[in-house]
Amino acid sequence: MSESTQTPLKRTPLHAAHLRSGARMVPFGGWDMPVQYAGLKAEHEAVRQRAGMFDVSHMGEFRIQGQDALKFLQHVTTNDVSKFKPGRAHYNWLPNDQGGLVDDIFIYRVNENEYLMVVNASNMEKDWAHLSALTAGFDVQLTNESDQWALLAVQGPRAVELLAPHAEPDIVARKKNDFLAGKLFGVDVLFARTGYTGEDGYEVFVKPEQAEALWDKIVALGITPAGLGARDTLRLEAGFPLYGHEFGEDIHPLSSHYTWVAKDKEHFGREKLKSTPSQKLIGLKLEKIPVREGYPVKQGGQVIGHITSGTTSPTLGHPIAMALVNAEAAQGNDFEVEVRGKDHPATKTDVPFYKGA
Amino acid sequence: MTNPTTLKYAASHEWLASDGKVGITHHAQEQLGDVVYVELPEVGREVSAGEAVAVVESVKTASDIYAPASGKIVAVNDALSGSPELVNSGPFEDGWLFQLEVTEEGADLLDAAAYEAQADH
Repeated sequence: MSESTQTPLKRTPLHAAHLRSGARMVPFGGWDMPVQYAGLKAEHEAVRQRAGMFDVSHMGEFRIQGQDALKFLQHVTTNDVSKFKPGRAHYNWLPNDQGGLVDDIFIYRVNENEYLMVVNASNMEKDWAHLSALTAGFDVQLTNESDQWALLAVQGPRAVELLAPHAEPDIVARKKNDFLAGKLFGVDVLFARTGYTGEDGYEVFVKPEQAEALWDKIVALGITPAGLGARDTLRLEAGFPLYGHEFGEDIHPLSSHYTWVAKDKEHFGREKLKSTPSQKLIGLKLEKIPVREGYPVKQGGQVIGHITSGTTSPTLGHPIAMALVNAEAAQGNDFEVEVRGKDHPATKTDVPFYKGA
Repeated sequence: MTNPTTLKYAASHEWLASDGKVGITHHAQEQLGDVVYVELPEVGREVSAGEAVAVVESVKTASDIYAPASGKIVAVNDALSGSPELVNSGPFEDGWLFQLEVTEEGADLLDAAAYEAQADH
């Protein structure tokens, strides 16, 4: 393992906490992030069976406010922003004008004319430039608050009940995608009942200087620190696409099972996005051999696509993968995946691979 | 876990026993994390020291395993096809990968102390 000579990696406010917890750190999207602590499988199981916590402070936050905030967001995204009220959050896309995505994002509606957008860490600068260039003609102010927020994702079937006694106001009564200001262990936070694991839970926005103390208090509740390794196996089991794998600048997002994110409305890049994708994203399961991103997918010996994400599912006990294949081939059920020169049978299967409570 | 002094080690984290058995070290299995699949070479294959001959796959990644010696593959650990996790639980025992009829050891094999010095690096 060689030392990187690239630009120094950025550190989240929880860096010291990770090292104290024995995390193995890896470079991820320009950040030095924990890939695992005690072990990927144990962390994965903690989230499925009880509760785990991820540091997702590397993600970017933009505040969008002004008279035309809604109009602007309607223009730059595909989902219908007018449909959600203050105190609610929703998943959305930033399309480019080539039929691909600049990023996939979450938007939190703070009040009538104010929104918080959470973007992927590795896309933050690109998103900022893209959005800034599209503000012309709109009465809207963008603020990059990425350095002003730490973000903790507390996820699992028991996450809410474990946090609730230390939270104000009542967070139990809230619904999925609710978003509210409150206190956790007396610290000012924003609670969002959102996440990326297929389990119930909260994402907690907190000021960087209070993040470490809050992290320690949550760990003391018996909530397991979980790294990027578990985050990836959990999101894949839950069928969540990941930018750079299932989405990208040159991947038609309507190939995915997330077509509902593109609503019938006028927006930037709409013409290209309306075209019918020539490929389709499918789920595959294999008996034993794990398949990884980039491996060729075949049907009757012909290459018809490639794996976009793959792992052995810790919950299901067999390998699972998402693959982008040509639309006609996607109608079939039986495929082969080429692993190190040999073809292995794969069967099409429903996505999500795992359905949580 | 200490590295047995009876074994020889490659810098790429394989160990070689005097009977020609080959496995990966405790340090290597720890770095890989939970092993979910092991692809073993065919018995009878002639291999050269330093050649990639097996693959150990963890949840996260696939890693090539290099032959620490030249020779013929005379046995593979069939137990790994049903229980790949043996590589994690017993890297120096039940988790061995394959056995070589050694014709020539790799030139750069280390003893336990030298391996520890570089693995801790």
